[in-house]
Amino acid sequence: MFDEQPIITLENVSKTYSAGSEALQDVSFSIQKGEFVFIVGSSGSGKSTLIKLLLKEIEPTSGMIKINGEDLTKMKRKQVPKYRRKLGVVFQDFRLLKDRNVFENVAFAQRIVGKSNYTIRRQVPAMLSLMGLSEKLLSLPKQLSGGEQQRVALARALVNKPPVLLADEPTGNLDPKNSWEIMSLLDKINKTGTTVVVVTHNHEIVNAMQKRVITMKNGVLVSDEQKGGYNYVKH
Amino acid sequence: MSNISTFIYSVKQGVKNIYRNRMFSLASVGTIAACLFMFGIFYFILSNFQFMVQNVESNVGITVFFDEGITDAEISSLQTQIEARSEVAQITYTSAEQAWASFCEEMFEGDEDLAKSFGEDNPLADSSSFEINLTDVSKQDAFVSYLRGLDGVRQVNSSDGAAKTLSNINVLIGYISATIIIILLAVAIFLISTTITMGIAVRKDEITIMRLVGATDFFIRSPFIVEGVLIGLIGAVIPLAILYFIYNSVINYISDRFRVLSDLLTFLDVNIVFQTLIPVSLLIGMGIGFIGSFVTVRKHLRV
Repeated sequence: MFDEQPIITLENVSKTYSAGSEALQDVSFSIQKGEFVFIVGSSGSGKSTLIKLLLKEIEPTSGMIKINGEDLTKMKRKQVPKYRRKLGVVFQDFRLLKDRNVFENVAFAQRIVGKSNYTIRRQVPAMLSLMGLSEKLLSLPKQLSGGEQQRVALARALVNKPPVLLADEPTGNLDPKNSWEIMSLLDKINKTGTTVVVVTHNHEIVNAMQKRVITMKNGVLVSDEQKGGYNYVKH
Repeated sequence: MSNISTFIYSVKQGVKNIYRNRMFSLASVGTIAACLFMFGIFYFILSNFQFMVQNVESNVGITVFFDEGITDAEISSLQTQIEARSEVAQITYTSAEQAWASFCEEMFEGDEDLAKSFGEDNPLADSSSFEINLTDVSKQDAFVSYLRGLDGVRQVNSSDGAAKTLSNINVLIGYISATIIIILLAVAIFLISTTITMGIAVRKDEITIMRLVGATDFFIRSPFIVEGVLIGLIGAVIPLAILYFIYNSVINYISDRFRVLSDLLTFLDVNIVFQTLIPVSLLIGMGIGFIGSFVTVRKHLRV
C-alpha cells in the first residue's frame, strides 16, 4: 500500500529542555508516504515537543529525524524555510491573521513562496472552494465560526501542496459537529496522497476513524497500533 | 520567485507598518526631521561662514614695501617673481604718488589747502608697495617669510589676525555642530529602533505564522527595513522643504538687521546650498533609517 521509503523517520530521539525536564525519551517510529496517523497522549506526554521537532523549531538532544529523505539534525538554518514549505501545519488556535480577509490569509502562504499574483488569483479561490468557503472569500476571521476558521487554516496549509500535513489539536477549539467536518476533510486530503499526522485529545474521533495511533506518555512511546484506539489511559 | 512581487509586498507592508504603528512612526519621523533640521541650519551657518571667510581672506592683504632707491625695473622683476607663486590670488602695485594721493583724499578731505602746503614734496616717497591677496590665508605666515627674504624688500605688513580668528571660529562651529548632530543621530537611531521593535511586537503572531509556513529571513525582515528607510526618507524631506522656504527670509532678515556688517555678510545662493544639502540629508535620513531597522531586525527576528 505504501512506498518503501518512510516519509518521516524518528530514530532514538530524546529531548531534554535546559531546565532538565525530559520531554522525549528514546522515541523511534516511522511514517510511510500517504499514511494517516494519530499521535495521542495527555498533556506533558511529549506531543507538542514532537510537533516542534518536526517543524524544526527545536533541536533534539540526541537521535535522528528524517523527513522526505532530509536529515533535520544536519539541516542548516538557511535551509529551514524551504524545508517548512514542504509541511502544511494547522493549530488548535487556527493562527489566522486577524486583519486580513479569508482570501488574503490563504494568499499569504503563496506570497511567501513568491507565487505570482496570477497564480494566487487562480489557486486560492480553488482551494477555498474545496474547503467549502467560496462564499467567504472577503470575510474577516472574526466573522467566521471556529470550524470555518480551521478550514481557512487548512486551506492555507494545503495551498502550496505539501507532501505532509501536521495538525496540532485541530479540533481542540471546535464543537463535535465542526470537529467531524474537519476530520472528514483531513481524511479526504489524505486520500489525495498527502501524509497526515494529527496530534489530538479527542477520544471519539480517534476511536471512530480506525487509523494508526501512536500513543505517548511522559515522553515515551507506549504503543503504536494500526487501526488503533485512544487507549493511553490504560498505560 | 518573482523578486518584483516580493519587493512590492515589502513596500506595501512597510507602509502598513508605519500606519499601524503611527504614534511611534511619527515620533521617529519627528526626531529625524528635528535632527536634519538642525543639520541643515548648521550646514547653512558653516557653508555661509566659510563663504564669508573666503571673502574676508581675499580682502586680507599683505603689503610689501621696497628698499629706498629701488628702480622701477627691479620692482617689476619682483612683481613677476611674486606673481609666479601659487599662493597669490592677486597682486596690485601702488606707486608712492598714488599712495600720497589716496592718503590726501582720505585725510585732508575738505581741507585740500593743507595738503597743498606739502607742495611737490611727497612725504610718502619710497612708500610704493604691493598689495597681495592670497588664495589661502593659512599659508600666510610662510609666504610672509618668503617675501621678507627677497632682495629689495624693506618691510612686509600683514594683518593675519582677523583671518585666522575667522578660520578658528569656523573650525569651532564645525566641531560644535558635529557633536550636536552626532548626538541627535544617535537619538534618532534609538527611536527608529524602538519603533521597529514595537512593530515587531505588534506583528508577533504574523511573524510566527510566516516562519511556520516557510518565509525566508529576507521576506520577514524586508518590510521592517522598508519601514525604517521610509521613516528616514520622510524625516529628511520635511526639514528640507521647510529650510528651502525659510532660507531666503532668514538671510534677508540678517542682512537687514546687521546692515552695518553688510561688507562682511555675504550669503550663498539657496540653490548652491541645497545642491549639497538635499543629497546629504536624504542619505543621512535613509541611512539612519536603514541602520536603525537593520540592527533591530537582526536582533529580534532570528528564525
